[in-house]
Amino acid sequence: MDLVLVQIFNGIQYGFLIFLAASGLTLVFGILGVINLAHGSFYMLGAYLALTLTEVTGDVFLACLLGVPLAVVFGWLIERAFVRHLYKRDHLQQVLLTFALILIFNEVQRILWGSYPHGVPAPSYLSGSIRLTDQLAYPVYRLALTAICAALAGAMFFVIQKTRVGRLIRAGESNREMTELLGFDSSRLYALVFATGTALAALAGMLAAPVESVYPGIGERILIISFVVVVIGGIGSIKGAFLGALAIGIADALGKVFLPSLAGVVVYALMASVLVVRPGGLFGRVIR
Amino acid sequence: MSLALAPRTQAADASVEPLLAATGLATAHGRVPCLRDVAFTVRPGETIGLLGRNGMGKTTLLRTLTGLLSGGPTASIRFRGKDLAGAKPAAISRAGIALVPEGRGIFPNLTVLENLILPERAGPSGKRDWTLDRIFDLFPRLAERRTNWGDQLSGGEQQMLSIGRALMTNPELLMLDEATEGLAPKVRDEIWRTLRVVAETGMAIVVVDKNLEDLFELADRHFILAKGEIVFEGTTADLTAEPDLVHRWLGV
Repeated sequence: MDLVLVQIFNGIQYGFLIFLAASGLTLVFGILGVINLAHGSFYMLGAYLALTLTEVTGDVFLACLLGVPLAVVFGWLIERAFVRHLYKRDHLQQVLLTFALILIFNEVQRILWGSYPHGVPAPSYLSGSIRLTDQLAYPVYRLALTAICAALAGAMFFVIQKTRVGRLIRAGESNREMTELLGFDSSRLYALVFATGTALAALAGMLAAPVESVYPGIGERILIISFVVVVIGGIGSIKGAFLGALAIGIADALGKVFLPSLAGVVVYALMASVLVVRPGGLFGRVIR
Repeated sequence: MSLALAPRTQAADASVEPLLAATGLATAHGRVPCLRDVAFTVRPGETIGLLGRNGMGKTTLLRTLTGLLSGGPTASIRFRGKDLAGAKPAAISRAGIALVPEGRGIFPNLTVLENLILPERAGPSGKRDWTLDRIFDLFPRLAERRTNWGDQLSGGEQQMLSIGRALMTNPELLMLDEATEGLAPKVRDEIWRTLRVVAETGMAIVVVDKNLEDLFELADRHFILAKGEIVFEGTTADLTAEPDLVHRWLGV
């Protein structure tokens, strides 16, 4: 029973992390209309930034504070240099270019950081475990990670539902041309959305660094699971990505307990069953 | 005055600096020309009817004037003394031209209130004549529906919202494509009544609509488009005095 409880905790924490990664992917797909295969590379970038910046500053949270602005700048540069040329092109060309970016990013990663896995320490003040029941202890860093991700998710919902830029993002998702007719320059909105998505994915990679080791290929793993989340939630839907990510996280964690031989298949089975009932994903094409 | 070759500018108004003066518009879809050397002027405070059968270029003209389509290398678009040829739609909107498009363009995932406040701003000359309260006065129905989502509205409510939202940008020129298409007669009457109220504030308006009677009642001047060319330009009196013209170009 305790194992199940621990796995549910792990699943929620993993779900929040992939929500951070997938939210940027779904916004970029839904608003910019770009399939960004390189989105997982931003997660990898975050993980390696956490590695280096934690060595420098001694604290993964300080590393995040420094790393997020770097990721914003990086995302903005990638959008201006490459992605903005894809808005009017078809998906095949988008896939080609962003796949090329993956190869380049992976090579640069190997040159800069090498091929060996690395660990990033959790901050000393969060390094212990907390006793939840007599027999059950849970790492404090994982709880803090879950709380931080939950707060970020809440902040995202607040921005999207209640602020001017959030209204503009929702409007741009449903009818880009109309937002232009009302006086909003979509190239600025697109750069903002892309840079924000990059930063969210990178932040997920930074925060996750102490709970999973940092290794080459970490980005591809998160990319695939993020696409699963986007498909389950419905393209462009933040709410859908949130529910999809939590469902995937918990299904994955419980699958490892109850169906260990099929653990790798559980999330895809979940995706397939959602698509049978709702082919457009949980929240179709429209974000609310 | 009533023939296709009517002079472009009427002598009596020649002294008035036009609000919008577009010439040489030659919009094309690929290699197919959709507008041929179109000249289109709107003077301050004027209400214009833009007529023509389906597929003659009315929507293309409005989309060219709002920057959604390029008018080609010969195009010149001057608005309030500013050169807008080649400008992006966003810049043209901020220069003071608002379009209520065919299909209304309501954001389904924003509430009525959110649709209205999204573009809220002062006009190009700094005026803020149109506020949320004033839009709700103009369309009390929108005030009742303020918390509804955009896709929960009837066609008439959507059109009211689209007009109200365009006014929230405090434009100097309001253009409506198919202003009352697909609406019930009672709702149509309300849209026309509202457009008269808006026109009386001194707002320049361009209307595309199939209800000629209502359009003749509202508009000062008309343009008729046929196969991408302006074949008539003149006042309502000019047009009603020549039933042949109406029959020939509009088929009624």
